[in-house]
Amino acid sequence: MSTTTSLMSLMTGDEKHSAAATSTLDVLRVLYERVLDVSPERVADADRDRFYLSKGHGPMAYYAVLAERGFFPESWLAGWGGYDSPLGHHPDRNLVPGVEISSGSLGHGLPLAVGTALGLRAQGIGSRVVVLVGDAELDEGSNHEALELAAALELDALTVVVVDNRSASYAVEGRIEQRFRTEGWHAVTVDGRDHDLLEKALAHRAVGCPSVVVAEVGRR
Amino acid sequence: MRDARRQLAATAADLVESDDSVALVYAEISGQYLREVEARHPDRVVNVGIREQLLVNVGAGLALTGLRPIVHTFGSFLVERAFEQVKLGFAHQDVGGVLVGAGGSFDMSGAGRTHQSPGDVALLDTLPGISLHAPGNAVETDMVLRSAVAGSGLHYVRVVGQANACAFAVTPGTFHVVRRGAGATVVAIGPVLDAVVAATAGRDVTVLYTSTVRPFDACGLRAALGSPDVVLVEPWLAGTSARHVADALRDVPHRLLALGVDRAEHRRYGTPEQHVAAHGLDAAGIARSLEEFLRPAA
Repeated sequence: MSTTTSLMSLMTGDEKHSAAATSTLDVLRVLYERVLDVSPERVADADRDRFYLSKGHGPMAYYAVLAERGFFPESWLAGWGGYDSPLGHHPDRNLVPGVEISSGSLGHGLPLAVGTALGLRAQGIGSRVVVLVGDAELDEGSNHEALELAAALELDALTVVVVDNRSASYAVEGRIEQRFRTEGWHAVTVDGRDHDLLEKALAHRAVGCPSVVVAEVGRR
Repeated sequence: MRDARRQLAATAADLVESDDSVALVYAEISGQYLREVEARHPDRVVNVGIREQLLVNVGAGLALTGLRPIVHTFGSFLVERAFEQVKLGFAHQDVGGVLVGAGGSFDMSGAGRTHQSPGDVALLDTLPGISLHAPGNAVETDMVLRSAVAGSGLHYVRVVGQANACAFAVTPGTFHVVRRGAGATVVAIGPVLDAVVAATAGRDVTVLYTSTVRPFDACGLRAALGSPDVVLVEPWLAGTSARHVADALRDVPHRLLALGVDRAEHRRYGTPEQHVAAHGLDAAGIARSLEEFLRPAA
């Protein structure tokens, strides 16, 4: 068992969302270990990369990765979801160091990230903005407003990673990648458990258009 | 006097020009007034198209990078359609911005219910710490918008066609005493002051005015109180500020008449003036309500 998974095992009580948590684990590890320019010392640095966990459900893997990277003490994990714990079943940016947005309601992270990418560009900051959404989260129409504008405004600082655990009702095979591609995004689909493939896909920053990485993790 | 919506566009454009930490996001509406500043500052003036959910969260996303966003469209779409984005994108993230809604309760009387938002203030009033403003004319719109953008936190500026003749300084949380009397206290909020002044002519009442809906000046109300009779006049849902009067006077036996827009949907078109009258918010309607409320007990 990796350090991250042993840290995850400290968190109990949200079994409804545990499948959601493990589906994101590999993507989160690759982002924090190999891709994002972030650290606990730079949580207020304007030049840091931004990671928005839009799919706030099942944040155990997220908390475990942040704790392992030193954003907050590992001792916080065991009490998660308790009245005195800063770690809720959906994360709150005002309570947890390193958490960039408070999420839980689906379909907000990508629109927020579009605004953030615009704000960074307006200030001449070259940081990346990476948003993790779920395949079923893309049911929310707000995402489609956002992905259209992001391409139109050529927000190449923006990367969406869709963790596809085939949880959407009414899914159509291949639709996710095609949907983004139609709007002009750079789009790839990779095995969401393969760290090297994920790193290669997530480290790539397209020029003149936003990027999407569809990480297929299979239904659990 | 200048139209308040043109004024908000002019003031917003000037703020973008003069301060590079200010951004302006809109959704087609008012674009005719914003082309020039958008061409000059395309990085900080963004039209998101007909995408109001995105409009609000783009504003919040800009705020997350430290910019001060002005977010503008019709109030109905800004507040009611995209309310969760206001609640979560701004309030729950705890970032600030200035939402500017045009149209109010019945500017677009001919457009019908889809373009009318008499409930905007009541809905936003559910959010902790929000500042709500109802400038009474174009001059106040300019002052209120500048003050809100220069400030911090989340603000809503309600810009409408109905206007008062005089402009008052923007003093958040402090009522202006328009007239002092020994009897009832009539609180006029936003562009209802002229009707209130006309309706109270010849009555020995105090008239208070503010363009700041929240924070509510509880101390000012207590200080002004002559007889323990309070009349609220608000050009949005009747009673929206009643809880603040109740709270301000919790230890004072008092009577309250809360005038404003009816909850019932008036399925009528016509002019804004006709709607103001239909809701009893013209001078004659307010005078009738005062007469009944202040009539000595038999």
